[in-house]
Amino acid sequence: MSLKVSIPTPLRRYTDGNGVIEVSGGSVGSAMDSLLQQYPSLKKQLYTDDGRLRSFVNVYLNDEDIRYLQKAETTVKGGDTISIVPSIAGGTSN
Amino acid sequence: MQHQIQKRTTRRRPQATQTAVSEMPATAKTRTADVPIVSHGASPLARVGNTPLLRFERLAHEWPHIEILGKAEWANPGGSVKDRAAFNIIETAVRSGALGPGKRLLDATSGNTGIAYAMIGAARGIPVTVCVPANVSPERKRILAAYGAEAIWTDPLEGSDGAIRKAREIQAADPDKYFYADQYSNDANWQAHYYGTAEEIWSQTQGAITHFVAGLGTSGTFVGTTRRLKDLNPAIQAISFQPESAFHGLEGLKHMATAIVPKIYDPSLADSELEIGTEAAYDMVKRVARTEGVLIGISSGAALVACLMVARQLAQKENHSAVIVTVLPDSADKYLSENFWNE
Repeated sequence: MSLKVSIPTPLRRYTDGNGVIEVSGGSVGSAMDSLLQQYPSLKKQLYTDDGRLRSFVNVYLNDEDIRYLQKAETTVKGGDTISIVPSIAGGTSN
Repeated sequence: MQHQIQKRTTRRRPQATQTAVSEMPATAKTRTADVPIVSHGASPLARVGNTPLLRFERLAHEWPHIEILGKAEWANPGGSVKDRAAFNIIETAVRSGALGPGKRLLDATSGNTGIAYAMIGAARGIPVTVCVPANVSPERKRILAAYGAEAIWTDPLEGSDGAIRKAREIQAADPDKYFYADQYSNDANWQAHYYGTAEEIWSQTQGAITHFVAGLGTSGTFVGTTRRLKDLNPAIQAISFQPESAFHGLEGLKHMATAIVPKIYDPSLADSELEIGTEAAYDMVKRVARTEGVLIGISSGAALVACLMVARQLAQKENHSAVIVTVLPDSADKYLSENFWNE
């Protein structure tokens, strides 16, 4: 399954300047693994040492926050877009 | 009976869009010289500045000769330190004629400055447009709307630099319509702290301050306060701090090495510089809530982490005494929906 991940500006220094990365996977978790395989230095930016998504990092599948779906287990389909959006001043919009 | 908090089942990604808001109404009441009017109470804007200086005794308990003090900037009427800069920027622009009738105030902000402009604009009958990254908290969006400001939500992937670029673009397209306040380049920003914050700290510590610690966002707080404190006593040590990496959750702060560097920033003022991690700031916010009984915001948490780093270094010298003062930009009010409280 091929899908895209949108990368916020401050993280593009870890993705050779790319704002959109093609990844593969059947779930958000495996798609993120595919992203980290391509750009391993992203891992420290996105996850804590014990492997949890850092609390200011919001990951959206299309327009939905995965924390409110099935988190990493959320299934994806071809053509979906995952966006990584840091929370500024807390949370996200409704 | 137990109260249960309703958990939201979905959360949508923020979008870059524009919210239309009604034009600003009304002017303030005018007075004529021949009718004396007695006023009671205080004008809301007179409450900008003169914030309390809080002592954090439990944080500093290991070191009896070291005090850690923080300016409680949430006591400003708009709830943050940004009231100071916004108030002075507006006053200066009105006085110079740059912000006159028919003009809208325009700026880029990640939230608190926008709220300050919106509040002051409402009180003074000045229409306000702010460019804000769409990923600011729902609380902030509602506050901006409540004051009647026009908000243009910019791409959440681009953060505050995206908001800056958008404000520049709007100004360039219609320069006669807008007064671009440009808090990142406006000298009235740091001067608010030169004439305000620094004088307050000097008098509240009776000149005993030895170290001043502040985070860098626009850098106005650090630059203005440090300049004046060093005029008053050149021996005062100034310590600036910033996020440890470009990707961070420290609202209002900038990682200077990778961001658009504010024109008003003067790196030569700092005697030393610190880098603070987002998770360390979260831990401090929770620690201060639970041990000091004060609900501080995330950048305030970062400020106290920086103060502890300074205190620890000083404590290595035997019997070293110090009065460490920082600025706590806002309270936890606008961050209560953050994930970190539950982790």
